[in-house]
Amino acid sequence: MEWDYIEKVLPLYGKAAWLTLRTGTAGILLAALTGLLCAAALHWRVPVLRWITSAYVEISRNTPLLVQLFFIYYGLPKIGIRTDPETCGIAGLAFLGGSYMTEAFRSGVEAVDRIQEESALSLGLTRLQAFLHVIFPQAAAISAPAFMANVIFLMKETSVFSAVSLMDLMFTAKDQIGLYYRTTESLFLLVSAYLLILLPLSLLGSLLERRLRHAGFGT
Amino acid sequence: MAETVLSISHLTKQFDGQTVLEDLSLDVSEGEVVVIVGSSGCGKSTLLRCINALEEIQGGEIRLRGELIRHDGKNLPELRQKIGMVFQSYELFPHLTVLENLLLAPVKAQKRSRNEVREEALALLERVGLKEKADSWPRQLSGGQKQRVAIVRALIMHPEILLFDEVTAALDPEMVREVLDVIVSLADQGRTMLIVTHEMSFARAVADRIILLEDRRILEESSPDQFFTAPKTEQARKFLQTFEFIRKKKEEA
Repeated sequence: MEWDYIEKVLPLYGKAAWLTLRTGTAGILLAALTGLLCAAALHWRVPVLRWITSAYVEISRNTPLLVQLFFIYYGLPKIGIRTDPETCGIAGLAFLGGSYMTEAFRSGVEAVDRIQEESALSLGLTRLQAFLHVIFPQAAAISAPAFMANVIFLMKETSVFSAVSLMDLMFTAKDQIGLYYRTTESLFLLVSAYLLILLPLSLLGSLLERRLRHAGFGT
Repeated sequence: MAETVLSISHLTKQFDGQTVLEDLSLDVSEGEVVVIVGSSGCGKSTLLRCINALEEIQGGEIRLRGELIRHDGKNLPELRQKIGMVFQSYELFPHLTVLENLLLAPVKAQKRSRNEVREEALALLERVGLKEKADSWPRQLSGGQKQRVAIVRALIMHPEILLFDEVTAALDPEMVREVLDVIVSLADQGRTMLIVTHEMSFARAVADRIILLEDRRILEESSPDQFFTAPKTEQARKFLQTFEFIRKKKEEA
């Protein structure tokens, strides 16, 4: 291991890590938003929209992210939709993550007993109030572990971005190995960078879960 | 004659084509306590659920002080605020403390001031002996305590009528008493109530009128004394017998 080399290329990895974190976060946020909307469409059985949602969930879950990225990056331009690599990565992650988030939120909402909603309605709350104040808080607590697992899973999936020439961590490491044959150093930097991003995320996840448990959920 | 609070006329309720309640009519006057008894599955709970429109009805109508209760009515939330419902399984909100459970509907649905409702909530909790539990979580309470909180949660909305759906059925025997005592004291205050129960001695003590629901309709309607000592119908006699235990002495057997 040559520390001089590591010191020299460190800024390169810093830049790449920032890109991974940036695109990953954006993709995950969009995935969560997609998941919320889809879960709502399924829960309230919105006509037509729920069929589209179901179809989307199946397509998204049963194709690999790499294929989805290729479709967006090389396929969509053929019908006139051109994206830069970063937008493509974020869109791909949102497309894949949306279905996982849908399932996480849906399982949470479904785990709340129907009679809880009836209890809220019989107190004179509107449907929306019952959802916001009674169902959603309980569903969120139930969904939290699945949600955090998805966040970590999606952050790791960003390593596929290099395939659409995004200069992320994976791309940088492969590039360095190809240029200088510094395999050991490059892989060391690669692993370290991912751990630096993901370990705090995991920690945040377990803290969140503990907090929710202590809030008195689950009778 | 006191004013009619709740008026049910020719109510028909079906589940998937199967008739559960048929052509049922019932009036409850102000300050009256009506107890509904009947064997399991006779539609007692369904009747209560129809009254606050948790169930769609297939025929007839239900009115609260003359106002029509419709399953798809625009004013349904306002009407439901006037109908207090207490469920068998309490249905407190597990993510809120006792006090927050009590404040939610008055503050969000009735737009009352938090401080005013808070004071009322604490006063009501004190009346049912649970003032020190205001900041507890529902899961920290016993079944009887949860049910008393659920009763307070219905009361704090100042309802015109209270519906009790087998509120002691899920309780351990030693906790039944504390809940029934609360309901009896509400009857003493002149509250209008419609109660479904399997506790016969409680029914006799609290009711102004007993209704036997059997076979989709009202079979008998009497004063408690008459119902328990000289029931008018054969079915009522049979129903009451199910609560008695007679055992032959060993030597007779």
